[in-house]
Amino acid sequence: MSRMLSFTLRRLLITIPVMLAMSVLVFMIIRLVPGDPVRTMLGFRATDANVAELRDQLGLDRSLLSQYLSWLGNLLQGDLGTDIISKAPLTELLAQRLPVTLELTGLSMLTAIAIGVPLGVWSATGGPLVRRLTEGFVILGISIPDFWLGIMLVLLFSGIFLLLPPSGWVPFAEDPVENLRRMILPVLTLAVGEAAYFLRTTRSAVGTVLEQPFVTFLRAKGVSPRRIVYGHALRNAGPSIVTVIGIQVGVLLGGAIIIETLFALPGVGRLVVTGITQRNYPVVQAGVLTIATIFIVVSLLMDLLIGWLDPRVSDAGTS
Amino acid sequence: MSPVLDIAQAGVRFGTGPAAVKDVSLRVAQGEIFGLVGESGSGKSTIANAVMGLLPATARLDGSIRLNGEELVGLSESALRVRRGDEMAMIFQDASASLDPTWSVGDQIAETIRAHRPVSRAEARARAIALMGEVGIADAARRYRDVPHRFSGGMRQRIVIAAALANHPKLLIADEPTTALDVTIQAQILELIDRLRRDHGTTVLLITHDLGVVGQVCDRVGVMYRGELLEVATTEDLFTRPAHPYTRALLAANPAGAVRGSRLPVIPQEWSTESLDAANAARDRRAAHG
Amino acid sequence: MSAAVEIRARRGRRNPALIVGLALLGLLGGIAVFAPYLAPFDPESYDIQQIMGAPSWTHPFGSDVLGRDVMSRIFHGLRVSLLVSLSAVAASLLVAVPLGLLAGYFGSWVDSAISRFLDMILVLPAMLLAITFIAILGPGSAVAALAIAVIYLPILARVMRTSTLVVTRNDYVLGARARGASHLRVIVGHVAPNALGPVIVQASVLSAFAMQLEAGLSFLGLGTQPPTPSLGGMLSDGRDVLTVAPWVEIFPGLAIMAAVLAFTFIGAGLREAFDPAGVSE
Repeated sequence: MSRMLSFTLRRLLITIPVMLAMSVLVFMIIRLVPGDPVRTMLGFRATDANVAELRDQLGLDRSLLSQYLSWLGNLLQGDLGTDIISKAPLTELLAQRLPVTLELTGLSMLTAIAIGVPLGVWSATGGPLVRRLTEGFVILGISIPDFWLGIMLVLLFSGIFLLLPPSGWVPFAEDPVENLRRMILPVLTLAVGEAAYFLRTTRSAVGTVLEQPFVTFLRAKGVSPRRIVYGHALRNAGPSIVTVIGIQVGVLLGGAIIIETLFALPGVGRLVVTGITQRNYPVVQAGVLTIATIFIVVSLLMDLLIGWLDPRVSDAGTS
Repeated sequence: MSPVLDIAQAGVRFGTGPAAVKDVSLRVAQGEIFGLVGESGSGKSTIANAVMGLLPATARLDGSIRLNGEELVGLSESALRVRRGDEMAMIFQDASASLDPTWSVGDQIAETIRAHRPVSRAEARARAIALMGEVGIADAARRYRDVPHRFSGGMRQRIVIAAALANHPKLLIADEPTTALDVTIQAQILELIDRLRRDHGTTVLLITHDLGVVGQVCDRVGVMYRGELLEVATTEDLFTRPAHPYTRALLAANPAGAVRGSRLPVIPQEWSTESLDAANAARDRRAAHG
Repeated sequence: MSAAVEIRARRGRRNPALIVGLALLGLLGGIAVFAPYLAPFDPESYDIQQIMGAPSWTHPFGSDVLGRDVMSRIFHGLRVSLLVSLSAVAASLLVAVPLGLLAGYFGSWVDSAISRFLDMILVLPAMLLAITFIAILGPGSAVAALAIAVIYLPILARVMRTSTLVVTRNDYVLGARARGASHLRVIVGHVAPNALGPVIVQASVLSAFAMQLEAGLSFLGLGTQPPTPSLGGMLSDGRDVLTVAPWVEIFPGLAIMAAVLAFTFIGAGLREAFDPAGVSE
């Protein structure tokens, strides 16, 4: 346990500078806008008084460092700022939006793993026909643009077969069944491409493990082929698969930005896109910060999971 | 008494290639340590894999291999699997590579038990801890959870032996079990195999290219060359009165006889059919008298 | 010298992926370059008679909500999408190759400084970083290209760094240094030519993703701006008439997929020829 504890602490320590770098990047968004960001935000009709007020509110007339520090201070107290259009506090807005994005990406990730990993094992242990079929799935899954796949799924399931609603969202608390029904198409859209990556990774990782000498010893012990594949090969392939899952979390969060817009899901990604279109920079900052934080936290969790799966990783550096 | 392992006219061929093992017959009695020596490529490991049913799919096996009177040649893979780890077991040269790096050593021993016996997890664990103690792992209960890379090479080979012998198989095939270890550890592992054989009456087929290992523990020895078994003799006879010219050449190239740790040299001379025939005649004569 | 000969020999062997990829890209590239001559109609002119017209002999891919010819718009859209994606990857290469060479060749603090800088870019997921760029600089195809170039920078530079590390260890590089050649001469004359293979493979794989990214950004209204036809923009325009006029949505998507497949096959083929060790994977 102390092994995992020290590994966790070391990994947490690395996360601090990453979070700081990310916060600087997000902080700079509004400051890097060419010209006068306040005038850009408010548009041509803004009076000089409006501009001065917003400039003061955003603290843009102070030094960069003092701006950053007070912004970071607010952030650490859970204050993400104010929406310049609706004047609503952004922390509340994000709190409403975050569950949608988490549900979409979480379900997509689980679906992709549930499709990709077993198919990968099948591909690694199956014959040439299985290999060809799964390879075809990989090439298609990687090549189909996800949002176009989403459009085609809508055409199929709500245009032709009238089985599922084409878009829209219902809160889970209000109607769980309807919520999940409306999540099917967006989740499937995001999951197919990801599943292709998991298939490819699982296939090569499991294939490599099955060539290891310890598999011969397992056979000599009379262990069943099923157990060799699922108990040993998959377990050994675990770190490689989890590494790719960690990388794909970023891809999935990026994909969610488009898919939320496509299916009219009120998530953080759609908020950012609307924010950009309306030049509502505080909203963009809060949204980017939220998605980036999910990304960093999930990457951290994946690394800890790898350390737990592969004792050699978490041992490195302690002894 | 009938032999535990009875191989008769066994032959192995890989794909369309030449025979890797030709017409090999040998019998190993209960509790005996039988050494099989030869250079690499002589077919000694192929025989081991043939007995275990671990030959690759491209291999063709003919002849007869009986374990305690039961024919193994022609058995299905699932029938062979039931016997592997239960009636017969095998350990390999590189113990580090034989263990799953992500599993605890204790679970890898318990796994052999649970693959063949309907015992509870706790029961298998208790037996595994007892086995770890028996092969000489100190503080076995505490080290049950440790993964292989936390053990030294010699300790890992002890764990591999415990995992192989967990169900007290009648036959243990040890394929170069000490080659990867340094000399003092080698001796300890050989002593362990010898002790377990005496405690449980296990029959051991010991495959090695090291005459020192043969001299240390084997009761009888078979010498292999290019897929053929040239001669079988007691260890003492082999060192003092080798019948086959190849064996003599081997011993000559290895003057101290049973020098511990010495490796078989590659004998450059090609053995003609006549010399093989003569040697085989000598072997048969010895077998008839023995 | 001998390495180049060997590569040519290997490439000469059967490499169906490369051939298929190059043929497909040649076709799409030809359409893109000669779009103004090949397109049967003006991609931006409306025809009220043809609003949401189904595919026919005169309009093989049908026409859209405003009665514009879908095929003509795809031809011009390919032109824009390929231009944005390829210039993004090219721009990224232009910066990544020298950075990777410096980091891999000099090592120590140069390597650390460059690697830390590149790590900064990887703090955000790629799509989010692209969107952040557009948030700052405003939507448009040039900004989209720049954003794609920036997010690929760390990936390409890392591949270049790794292959540079491998090449730098070779005797002929040490030998050149020993004979008194300057660092610049060694890098340009000996290291770079032998270390470029994997990064070129990676660049062609990334071109496939760049096509998807460009289309995605244009779909969100953040990339190429109307009225300029773009594949992603077309998919966005036809979203509301999907069930009535599905051809408006089907054909542009197929065009994107064809381009993505072309780059994917070229990448796989080039990997076989240039990077059998798999540095770019």
